[in-house]
Amino acid sequence: MGLSKQEIAQRIAQELRDKWYVNLGIGIPTLVANYIPKGIEVEFQSENGLLGMGPFPVEGTEDADMINAGKQTVTVLKGGSLFDSATSFAMIRGQHVQLTVLGAMEVAQNGDIANWKIPGRMVKGMGGAMDLVASAENIIVAMMHTNKRGESKILKECSLPLTGVGCVTKVVTNLAVLEVKNGAFHLLERAPGVSVEEIQEATEGTLIIEGIIPEMKL
Amino acid sequence: MINKVVENAEKALLGVTDGMTFMLGGFGLSGIPENSISELVKLGVKELTCISNNAGVDDFGLGLLLQKRQIKKMISSYVGENDEFERQMLSGELEVDLIPQGTLAERCRATGAGIPAFYTPAGYGTEVAEGKETREFKGKMYVLEHAFEPEFAFVKAWKGDTAGNLIFKGTARNFNPMMAMAGKITVAEVEELVAVGELDPNQIHTPGIFVQRIFQGTAYEKRIEQRTVTPKS
Repeated sequence: MGLSKQEIAQRIAQELRDKWYVNLGIGIPTLVANYIPKGIEVEFQSENGLLGMGPFPVEGTEDADMINAGKQTVTVLKGGSLFDSATSFAMIRGQHVQLTVLGAMEVAQNGDIANWKIPGRMVKGMGGAMDLVASAENIIVAMMHTNKRGESKILKECSLPLTGVGCVTKVVTNLAVLEVKNGAFHLLERAPGVSVEEIQEATEGTLIIEGIIPEMKL
Repeated sequence: MINKVVENAEKALLGVTDGMTFMLGGFGLSGIPENSISELVKLGVKELTCISNNAGVDDFGLGLLLQKRQIKKMISSYVGENDEFERQMLSGELEVDLIPQGTLAERCRATGAGIPAFYTPAGYGTEVAEGKETREFKGKMYVLEHAFEPEFAFVKAWKGDTAGNLIFKGTARNFNPMMAMAGKITVAEVEELVAVGELDPNQIHTPGIFVQRIFQGTAYEKRIEQRTVTPKS
């Protein structure tokens, strides 16, 4: 029901603003780069030390010395730059990056996010996620509204170990666009064909619904 | 100019013993000190603590040291992509300290910069901050994180000169410059070792003062972990 992963990325891309530096996480967030609105300029930062990240290289030109934070081979655009990891996280913690988009397992109504660890399962690590969520002023989470068992991932409180506290500003799911403020989720938009009732049903956290909720435009 | 050149990896790793703490540069498999890792495998030193952003893959990078059970403890930010690592971690053979990537980078930098500890917002309110000092600055909470004490740092650069000046290429730079600063003994291996005067001083990423030993690396594999391409149209 609702949006595909590509469509979630497409909707998030509408949040991009001219002259922003943006860090995209692995998964759905990476797809955002495919939908940059016309007429604006943004630069993508990859925390392993690259600004001005470009598309995947043309077959045969891939280079082991040019990868993104997901370890995929990428390119650097004209005007891009390369730097070390300490400088990269200075950009992130120092709030020089205007927007962070990342995935999550759970988000809570106070803005807490959990996306790195499931107790009892192999823990792979948080990578740069904790630095990103602790610092960015503008954090958009891209995720499915419910898990495979149909349980809400939009919660009153996270049950999994946290990645960051009180940091998420917006959530875009397959069902809705939610703003996180004043300790609640505020419903801003519905996915095409999805009713307010269906969103309410799939949301465990407090959901504020004010006025008529418009459908997303993709 | 002070000459830092040693003949090969064997000479570069002189003094490495069991139980030591090492830093190893690289992000994924990009910019890892391939020659030094091979030499560590050959030396068979054990009970090592390795500070490295990742832990390689099963048959390459730090995975080679894991296969031989030479590592006692890993300090990393992300350790996926390695079955043997997972097995040793779950069985309790391997101790693992997972820390946020920016904190890892800054702890390496602090080590080399004479900063014993610093406050960072990363990890506040999470299990990463448990047992650590926290403090409020201008209404926001921060966690106190400490520098490391590595005996050796192993880094890999694209080009280096005999004085130990280093230039990195692409995203293979990553943790290498901070780790170079941090090693009590920093061993740099390079794809191309040149005479002093051949590198433009304006373009040096790591000044030679941070490097104790430098050698010409051999037989670089430079494996690609995730080959993603745009098809030729």
